[in-house]
Amino acid sequence: MAKVAFRLVMPEREVLATEADMVVVPGSEGDFGVLHGHAPVISTVRPGVLEVIQNNKVDKRFIVVGGFAEVTPERCTVLADEATPFEEVTAEQLAERERQAERDITDAANDAEKAKAEKDLAVAKDLRRAQAYYASR
Amino acid sequence: MPSLKTYRLRIRSVQSTQKITKAMKMVAAAKLRRAQEQAMAARPYAEAMDNLMASLGASFKGGTGPKLLAGTGSDKVHLLIVATADRGLCGAFNSSIVREARRTIRQLVADGKTVKVLAVGRKARDQLRRDFAGNIVETITDLGRPRLSFGDAERVAKRVMEMFEAGEFDVASVIFNRFKSAMTQIVTHQQLIPPPAPDADASAKPAGGAVYEFEPDEAEILTDLLPRNLTVQIFRVLLENAASFYGSQMTAMDSASRNAGEVIKKLTLQMNRSRQASITKELIEIISGAEAI
Repeated sequence: MAKVAFRLVMPEREVLATEADMVVVPGSEGDFGVLHGHAPVISTVRPGVLEVIQNNKVDKRFIVVGGFAEVTPERCTVLADEATPFEEVTAEQLAERERQAERDITDAANDAEKAKAEKDLAVAKDLRRAQAYYASR
Repeated sequence: MPSLKTYRLRIRSVQSTQKITKAMKMVAAAKLRRAQEQAMAARPYAEAMDNLMASLGASFKGGTGPKLLAGTGSDKVHLLIVATADRGLCGAFNSSIVREARRTIRQLVADGKTVKVLAVGRKARDQLRRDFAGNIVETITDLGRPRLSFGDAERVAKRVMEMFEAGEFDVASVIFNRFKSAMTQIVTHQQLIPPPAPDADASAKPAGGAVYEFEPDEAEILTDLLPRNLTVQIFRVLLENAASFYGSQMTAMDSASRNAGEVIKKLTLQMNRSRQASITKELIEIISGAEAI
């Protein structure tokens, strides 16, 4: 089976560059799987879990936050703000992140800070839900 | 003629200066390597971002689309981001940037534009304050400590975005040093807002001639993407600047060490000469004394 050239990049560095059978990207309009020959798409990415699939098995999982995915028939590039291997993130860390965001909301000095903290909280909640879902699979 | 002791003191003082410049050179070399690695690591993201921008920008040609892409339709007020370092002792690194900034400001003012300066780095502020104190609207310092991160770029970009949304300027550009090698850095003036138009041919079409689908839609992606792109551009500027700074510092400290070596050599020669002269003088005195008897 033809493979798709997958790249996962963060602003500071490239996280992964590999040939994958399929990549499942958490798009903002819903998850989508990318195989070789996928129609060209540019999509935003929601906070969630990205899966790299080799030989019908999940090879790698990443927790990603925000960014964009660019898909062409041969390539799939995901530009994420944050990308961490799934195993390196614990439920406890994400719960802490949620609490931190909640604290930021109460501590916020102005509207802009508050809006930012609320966004962080939404991201943290999404991540926790996604993490819990995938951890149980 | 100075005494032997003054020579010895001066040599010792130059030697300790040389020790310092040598150490600084080593530190700069190590940091340069790290800065270069970081710049390399950041490249894939920036390239992917450029691709995206090219694909999207083409759908909004001809002055449509968000203001961040198409501009405000005016070019009266210029925001000039002058990116230097916080510290000196790095050769002509800071002054070459500031010189270019001065030239640009004068040029723009002569064209009847209003210029606002956002100074990034303490040296930009210090050196521009003398002539253009009224133009500096804000200074951002202490970036990249201990290590340059994307967050630093976000700090600058956020400020620029706020000013743009408040309508405080029409056009934004940045002056920084592009890293070519440890010996050469090129002062570069790059426009950020509105972004320079991408090549018409290189965009819009992924390989195979098909057209991208957008999810959600173009406009929404673009409102997300444009501020991000600005941050990425600024991040790239900061990385280039950091590498240039250490490169420049390394070169400067290298030649300082070499100069110190030369001074030491010259002083040693003079010292030996003067010692020899005094010995000769004493000998002559003794001999002429002995002959007189």
